Amino acid sequence: MSTAKPENNRMRFDLQIVASWIEPGSKVLDLGCGAGDLLSFLKENKGVVGTGIERIEAKVAQCIERGLSVLQGDINEEVFDYPDETFDYVVLSQTLQQVYKPAELIQSLLRIGRRGIVSFPNFSHWVIRMQLLLSGYAPITKQLPYEWYNTPNIRVITIKDFRKFSKEVGFEILKEVAIDTNNHDKRGNIVEFLPTLRAGYGIFLIGGGKQ
Amino acid sequence: MGSLLTIAYETFGTLNTDKSNVILILHALTGDSHVAGYYSENERKPGWWDIMVGPGKGIDTDKYFIICSNILGSCMGTTGPSSINPKTGNSYGLGFPVVTIEDMVQAQKALIDHLGINRILSVIGGSIGGMQVLEWCVRYPEMIISAIPLATTTKHSALAIAFNEVARQAIMADPNWNNGDYYRGPKPDLGLAVARMIGHITYLSDESMRHKFGRRLQDKSDFSFNFDADFQVESYLRYQGTKFVERFDANSFLYITKAADYYDLENRYGNGSAVKAFSGVRAKFLVVSFTSDWLYPTYQSRAMVQAMKKNGLDVSFCEIDAEWGHDAFLLPSERLTALMKGFLEHVYGETRK
Repeated sequence: MSTAKPENNRMRFDLQIVASWIEPGSKVLDLGCGAGDLLSFLKENKGVVGTGIERIEAKVAQCIERGLSVLQGDINEEVFDYPDETFDYVVLSQTLQQVYKPAELIQSLLRIGRRGIVSFPNFSHWVIRMQLLLSGYAPITKQLPYEWYNTPNIRVITIKDFRKFSKEVGFEILKEVAIDTNNHDKRGNIVEFLPTLRAGYGIFLIGGGKQ
Repeated sequence: MGSLLTIAYETFGTLNTDKSNVILILHALTGDSHVAGYYSENERKPGWWDIMVGPGKGIDTDKYFIICSNILGSCMGTTGPSSINPKTGNSYGLGFPVVTIEDMVQAQKALIDHLGINRILSVIGGSIGGMQVLEWCVRYPEMIISAIPLATTTKHSALAIAFNEVARQAIMADPNWNNGDYYRGPKPDLGLAVARMIGHITYLSDESMRHKFGRRLQDKSDFSFNFDADFQVESYLRYQGTKFVERFDANSFLYITKAADYYDLENRYGNGSAVKAFSGVRAKFLVVSFTSDWLYPTYQSRAMVQAMKKNGLDVSFCEIDAEWGHDAFLLPSERLTALMKGFLEHVYGETRK
């Protein structure tokens, strides 16, 4: 679909795509912002006013030390405190698969932001399909590197699932891109041919959640 | 009190030409204006926040102009109940008017005006000092660029008031207290020492006491089977109590703890709503709490952060994992130092763009 150009080769490839979708000067909330790579890039290169929410103290501290405004807390709870349309974009990058109540979170996200940007590992990748088919064990991949008993990823989502989910929850997919990369790989490519089979991640720009 | 108010203050670092590097530090219950450094070679201990304030430290005296004044009602140079009432020639004692956190901040404002400063880069303080930080932000929003309230609250919990009340009762039960009129005779040292012992318990945590003392005995191998200090924790508390009476006034303890208990930012400025109370505030915040602080627990910091968020304020919040209880904000912490240093550098940088 989109031909996003990677803007920063120091940042994770999926975040480069997310960044390319964000208008300069906008207000952004990054849910699960980690050490603040995306926010920092957006602040420096796009004049974005950013806020992050992160659960892990050490990462929160890293963000604050680099001059970002970040709150330590649980994303599922922290989103409730913001007034409607506080942000232009709310980013949920590679976290949806760990959320207990995804529909509620997406609705909150579209209440507090005009747009949402959601990315997750695509569970219908051919490697995952083959592993389950051939080995009979729960799949372990570079994108989802955990055993079934220690994974934080409580949900398996495919690109097709998310499209279906959008209709059920009642939001619009405004843009979508499928990419192929390793989790911490700074390079990757956009998968246009058979994305549900060949892409490691799906990235979606969403809007228009019905209240 | 008319014009008869003395404020003791100290400054560190150099005020820059456009007066844009001012940091105001607000001390807690028993602190003073002596934040950092030594007065002389003979001084045993440096100022109370020497680990944080100094050249190259978290609050860098090479960069910022730091002001700290002794709070109203205290006994470390600023007027308080132990000061001499010029009308009588004796100490005020209970004749000193009851003071509030608002009054303390108003006194600090008079000092800041006197110094010709109208913008403050950051107001910083923990505990009761943190209450003053919040009061500054709400009361003088146009003056405050940023604020760091540490281990504090917009209002004391019943638990905090309860411990303060027990401490005050200890002082008032001492016959030497004599309704606050003791300055010409023996002082209520026993009461004040017990008050301090109670305070120290609330500044620690179960975990830190277990590590620091456990059930270890002090200079003995077995119980004495009398009421001497057998346990190290008893000995520690007695020592802290005795040491405290040498430097602090019992009436000041009563006045300041009461001021803290009375403080309720939400009622005062928001008809009970924290969101409304913060509605006029403009400062950028860094709010910090500590996991084992049960006197000013994290939920209180989160409540103020929530109110700030609802007002669209720029706020960062970090809950530092620390076993030392409420005391943690005064103890060496690389985490806290790095947070404050980074936050201040960026706030300062943004003002200079």
